[in-house]
Amino acid sequence: MRTLYFKMSRRGIVLKEVSMNDISRPINKLDTYGKTSGSIEYIGDMKVEGALHARTLRSTMARARIREIRFPEIPDGYYIIDRNDVPGRNRVKIIFDDMPVFAEEEVRYIGEPILMVVGEDRGVIREIVEGIKVEYEPLVPEFDYVKSVVHYDYEKGNADEYFAGDKRIVNGEYRTGYQEHIYLEPQGIIGIFEDGKSTVIGSMQCPYYIKNAVVQAMGLEPDKVRIQQAATGGAFGGKEEFPSLIGCQVAVASMKTGRPVRLIYDRVEDIESTTKRHPSLIKFQAAIDGDNNISAMRVHVSLDSGAYIGLSGVVLQRAMIAASGVYTIDNLSVSGDVYETNTVPNGAFRGFGAPQMFFAIEMFINHIAKELGEDNLAFRKRHLARQGDATSTGGKFRDPIIMNEMIEKVMEISGYREKVMEYSKPGDFRGIGMSWFLHGCGFTGSGEQKHIKGVVRLQKNKDDTVTVLAANTEMGQGAFTTLRKIAAGILEIPVDRVIYNNPDTDLVPDSGPTVASRTIMVVGGLIARAALKLKEQWIDGKEILVEERYRQPDYVEWDDETLTGDAYPAYSWGVNVAEVEVDRATYEVTVKKLWGVYDVGKAIDERIIIGQIEGGLLQGVAYGTIEVMDAKDGKLRQRNVTDYIIPTACDSAPVESVIMDNPFPLGPYGAKGAGELPLVGGAPAVALAIENAIDRNVMKIPATPEYIMELLENDRD
Amino acid sequence: MTEIKFVLNGENVTIDVDPTKRLLDVLREDFGLTGVKEGCGEGECGACSVLVDNEIVSSCLMPVGNAIGKDIVTIDGFSKTERYRVIHGAYEDEGAVQCGFCIPGMVIATESLLNKNPNPTEEEIRDALSGNLCRCTGYNMIVTAVLRAAERGRGLW
Repeated sequence: MRTLYFKMSRRGIVLKEVSMNDISRPINKLDTYGKTSGSIEYIGDMKVEGALHARTLRSTMARARIREIRFPEIPDGYYIIDRNDVPGRNRVKIIFDDMPVFAEEEVRYIGEPILMVVGEDRGVIREIVEGIKVEYEPLVPEFDYVKSVVHYDYEKGNADEYFAGDKRIVNGEYRTGYQEHIYLEPQGIIGIFEDGKSTVIGSMQCPYYIKNAVVQAMGLEPDKVRIQQAATGGAFGGKEEFPSLIGCQVAVASMKTGRPVRLIYDRVEDIESTTKRHPSLIKFQAAIDGDNNISAMRVHVSLDSGAYIGLSGVVLQRAMIAASGVYTIDNLSVSGDVYETNTVPNGAFRGFGAPQMFFAIEMFINHIAKELGEDNLAFRKRHLARQGDATSTGGKFRDPIIMNEMIEKVMEISGYREKVMEYSKPGDFRGIGMSWFLHGCGFTGSGEQKHIKGVVRLQKNKDDTVTVLAANTEMGQGAFTTLRKIAAGILEIPVDRVIYNNPDTDLVPDSGPTVASRTIMVVGGLIARAALKLKEQWIDGKEILVEERYRQPDYVEWDDETLTGDAYPAYSWGVNVAEVEVDRATYEVTVKKLWGVYDVGKAIDERIIIGQIEGGLLQGVAYGTIEVMDAKDGKLRQRNVTDYIIPTACDSAPVESVIMDNPFPLGPYGAKGAGELPLVGGAPAVALAIENAIDRNVMKIPATPEYIMELLENDRD
Repeated sequence: MTEIKFVLNGENVTIDVDPTKRLLDVLREDFGLTGVKEGCGEGECGACSVLVDNEIVSSCLMPVGNAIGKDIVTIDGFSKTERYRVIHGAYEDEGAVQCGFCIPGMVIATESLLNKNPNPTEEEIRDALSGNLCRCTGYNMIVTAVLRAAERGRGLW
């Protein structure tokens, strides 16, 4: 097994042991010039002849019936677009179709779209929006974990048996807060309606999600709906399902007005009304046997979905499946509920339920060790999953697990052992923490097979270039470069002979959404297979089209009803160490340095992977520390990046990463997923480091200075 | 409406415009310079950074009336220069660019820094870039790219 080392230094990333023809060898990204020069067009930059602007009128009530809407005089050329204009079904197609395109009789959260004002001049539009008076009849809103709208549970072994009698039981209860994506480019979309055909162009992750949504809302045949991705300025899950809502809105508006309609959010509107990471409450009970091992665990996950369910049920599943973290627990009883509240709907965010659970389980496992008086490293290692073990859902870890090697490596490069001793001395406010995590790659369960059914095509052109026809999007993660690299590598042609354009649903098949760490492993896998096929048929100067369809690996068995079997075809693994210092006076946390060792199978381009690691890790660390968002009476208290703080260049710590080679036989070149994994380990590593610094158990994130003070002061009494 | 004259990317320009209109909107809408991005509209994210008389300014906070007589450089103009080519090359080689939406502002912030301090330390770079938010990269690759640009562009600044 070969290991790749990277170190950040004044000279940049130092690469070792990568041969010239190794797929992992970094190449320059193929879309950088347009981005550094500002010439690439994001949706707000596109010049569309005759386009009108749009602005949304939103609910100011957390829950109310709309009694009446009174309008000011609407000048010629200005339009009101509301639910009555939706020609098809007034529901946004997102797994669970409960969200209306425009509100009906009842509004359910502050910020819910009621109608749009459309016209030429943004100033006039703003005046009209401000002149509209909505008369509400207030209804009693719900903000707590009370109204369950989705419930799942699953069992492994027989947990109840182990909780009977006078066994030693350890309990833990953990909370996580909101996280807002803050993709630098706010949401934006354009609708065009011409000759009975609806075209939607925008900043997005999943063109076919929007297509399906627009087909339903417009009541059009699929061939009358076309979706085109524009350059996308960051997404992180925030442009997974949300653009389906605004895609429907501009489709409806462009049909009614007969003009293209452009809807670009400003930051305040984006924060107020778009999806976020679900806040959660996670409760554990562990039964401990005579050898101080965990014989059984009961876990319950509560997720706050906000006002509409959307894809919250799927987020819940991923959280629940992660209930035992990287540990093998033979007897597990896991349940979870999605609770509807009268707050902005929550949705996809890098990690998709796993960051909440990995924070909780990593804290809990350490807290158990502490309570039992065990060395936490030895305790965790005794429970660490091994190849061949049953997963939480009773599937099997089929592939080699190299966590022991990774743990040793991260401890060696971070000096973990010495530092944890030193920082544990009373009165030392420095701390070091280590998190262990995994991420299931691709859709949960049989999602790929049953729902997505991905298809890719490779089009060999007369000039012997090859066009990749797939619906997956570049959003900064490097898919343009890595997917082309895979095709070029297998075809043994230069990468600049492979073409990959922004997806257009009229031109590319549905290879599935750009989510769930599936793009490289699943879509890249299809591209690799198609490339092999094309290579066999290759004739210079001839046009050839090849197609590949997803086939679930034979070994995968999954039961949707009982949530048992192989939840994922493969797992990526990671280990993080965070070193912090807590200010004795202000309790502010400074992250001094971060380390990570990752098994993503095989890096398709290690510099791109390092980019994913560094960006994802910082998002995870910030999720655990500085990213504070809360709602009071259904209204978010943070309205811009002035008060929702994300890290700046001064807040980012140096990162030292190691990428292991552990090829997955079914991934292209052995690659597994890598997009979400780096975020997952950040919060628990930093929370454990804070715990080490202040010698108190951290039970919730973000671990703000206020919370740290509370922990220290409460204890003093 | 007021007639406003200033220098934009090296050319004298005149525009009849409401002087309270944000410079950002004038650049994007009236001059079609869409390399200047709007990320927050409150001067916090730096995506709309431009140079005004060689100083870095958030164009979303500046009324165009304040631009009278000033020398304004946007990414669209700066990208024609040798200094840009060096900065671009360093960003590209270090893998510093992901989604790209913050990058025109970062490049302007890099130019602003190197113009004042051609040989900055890592800390000085972090400080100089701290007004420009990036959500993708975690910043380290950008910081390294600026160090590399300073090295490669010796004599240019």
